[in-house]
Amino acid sequence: MRKARGLFYDLFRDHRFAVAIVVLLSLLFLALLSFFSPYHPQRMYQVARGCPPSWEHILGTSWLGQDVFWQLTFAVRNSLIVAFVTSAISRVIALFVGMGAGYRGGTPDRVLMTIGDTTMVLPLLVVLVVISTILREWLRYLSNLGLLLAFFSWAWDARVIRSQILSLREREFTFVAVLSGMRTMRLVWKQYLPHILPIALTTFINNMSWAIGMEITLAYLGLGIDPTVPTIGTMLQAAIYRQALFLGLWWWLLTPIVAAILLFIALYWLSVSVSEYLDPRARFQRVGLGR
Amino acid sequence: MSFVKKCLVPRLIQYFLVTFLGLTTAFFLPRFLPLDPVEQRIAQYQAFGVYIPPEQLEEIMNTLRQLYGLQGTLWEQYGIFWRRLFMGDFGPSLARYPTPVIQLIVQSIPWTIGLLLLTTLFAWVVAILMGGVAGYFRNRWTEILDGIVMVMRPIPYYIMALLCLIVFAYIFPIFPLSGGVGIGREVSFGFDTIVSIVKHGALPALTLLVVGIAWQFQSMKLIVQGVRSESYVWYARAGGVRERKIIFHYVIRNAMLPMITQLGLQLGTIFSGALVTEMVFAYPGVGWILYDAVMKGDYNLIMGIMCISVVAVTTSILFLDLVYPIFDPRVRYR
Repeated sequence: MRKARGLFYDLFRDHRFAVAIVVLLSLLFLALLSFFSPYHPQRMYQVARGCPPSWEHILGTSWLGQDVFWQLTFAVRNSLIVAFVTSAISRVIALFVGMGAGYRGGTPDRVLMTIGDTTMVLPLLVVLVVISTILREWLRYLSNLGLLLAFFSWAWDARVIRSQILSLREREFTFVAVLSGMRTMRLVWKQYLPHILPIALTTFINNMSWAIGMEITLAYLGLGIDPTVPTIGTMLQAAIYRQALFLGLWWWLLTPIVAAILLFIALYWLSVSVSEYLDPRARFQRVGLGR
Repeated sequence: MSFVKKCLVPRLIQYFLVTFLGLTTAFFLPRFLPLDPVEQRIAQYQAFGVYIPPEQLEEIMNTLRQLYGLQGTLWEQYGIFWRRLFMGDFGPSLARYPTPVIQLIVQSIPWTIGLLLLTTLFAWVVAILMGGVAGYFRNRWTEILDGIVMVMRPIPYYIMALLCLIVFAYIFPIFPLSGGVGIGREVSFGFDTIVSIVKHGALPALTLLVVGIAWQFQSMKLIVQGVRSESYVWYARAGGVRERKIIFHYVIRNAMLPMITQLGLQLGTIFSGALVTEMVFAYPGVGWILYDAVMKGDYNLIMGIMCISVVAVTTSILFLDLVYPIFDPRVRYR
């Protein structure tokens, strides 16, 4: 208990961590509010259209007759779901590939790393655009988009984990464990995983913000999720597509932009402060050198 | 001899393997698009009001398949793809038949390279200098700079571009909204044309610079903070070497090394164009025709651009690996 309190005290002394946590919690609260929304997220013309912000509609209403505030709650929730699915799945792949390739070495190592290298040299955005055109129907669901993004984001982190395992493998405690008859699976899970988890945690957060950014970019190109399902990307796209600026509906366009910026800054600051706390030397990986 | 056997050969094998897999993906991926270019072309004819009798439809479709090089099984096409590739021929564009793909790429690549090469290099140099100085010294100015970067760094490129577009082209109409030169202007080497190109390129370049500098500034700053506590820096300072010489000759020179790798990777990605930049600003580069190609199911054009991009990336990585010892004398081929 005292240990936990000390941990939080240390973390909160970093003002970036404090700000990030407050912003993230309030966005999470917003996402939870979506369950109490009086409006259906996909139906149009439920309220008068194009009203400026007022007490009745805190963030105004859109040209499609939707309340922007309640739309935003759905958008934040859906974007977070995509980000979470992507990060969780790509982390699992990266952990298995990195640990397997690093510990086993030899042919599996070479095969896995070649696959990883190939996904890294392909022009990522182009490939994503082509694939999302091919799988247009399939990608209309949030979790499927997460799955696709996950497939393209494990390679770099698997490489980092692999190199970590390679160095751990030469340490003395490995020899002790092997000589005392510990089985491979148990060795990897019990001895190596604690060293790997900090990397996995910070890359988890970075991967989340990458996924949200990708979702927004794909939505802007008219691909990805079903455009009537509100995410930050589709909300932005709807406002741009209907010329919100020229209609003078700045609140419609500005709401998703501000929400996105807050979310990105909060995620970044969280990852920076946590990784600095966990390991000052991990700072190089955080800034994405070599990516 | 041992250098060739131990280092060069495995590295070259890896290079060819990854390039081969990349090119193969570039061939197969577009072919899974749900759009059939032959049917699209016929729909286009019919949209113009051309009546095609049903008995001739089959014949026309066969002829078009032959013209487009789409007859035969996928494997036969794959063989033809490799044969053509070695002659630098990607076949005709399907959406703009019979213009060769290579000609379309050659037309749009100067725009992309002009914009991206300049901004990438400029952002790199500025970020290294700023990051180097900010990492070495610590005072109020570098703190402020660091604070600004902490806010700018996480914002994804697309949002930044959109914000710049709203602020500088809509609220304060300083720059034009879209295009590469003014509408209807012939591209020539006159003074007016150059002014127009610069004016249209300024806003996309600005956004690319802001994002590029913010991103690399931080990497550079962190590396410099590591380097400045090295003992040779202490020694130089104790020996009375001037501060400026320490920064530019010792600290930045050493901290630059990872940044060189970074630059090489970025230069490789130039060839696939900045899809988002060119879409947001309607800039007539490779990214723009690429998006058009995806939407129209133009297999050959997508394939051509992806191939060039894959080869550019793998080759620049290989090149960097091989010339790295020139920049870093400590790395020797063992």
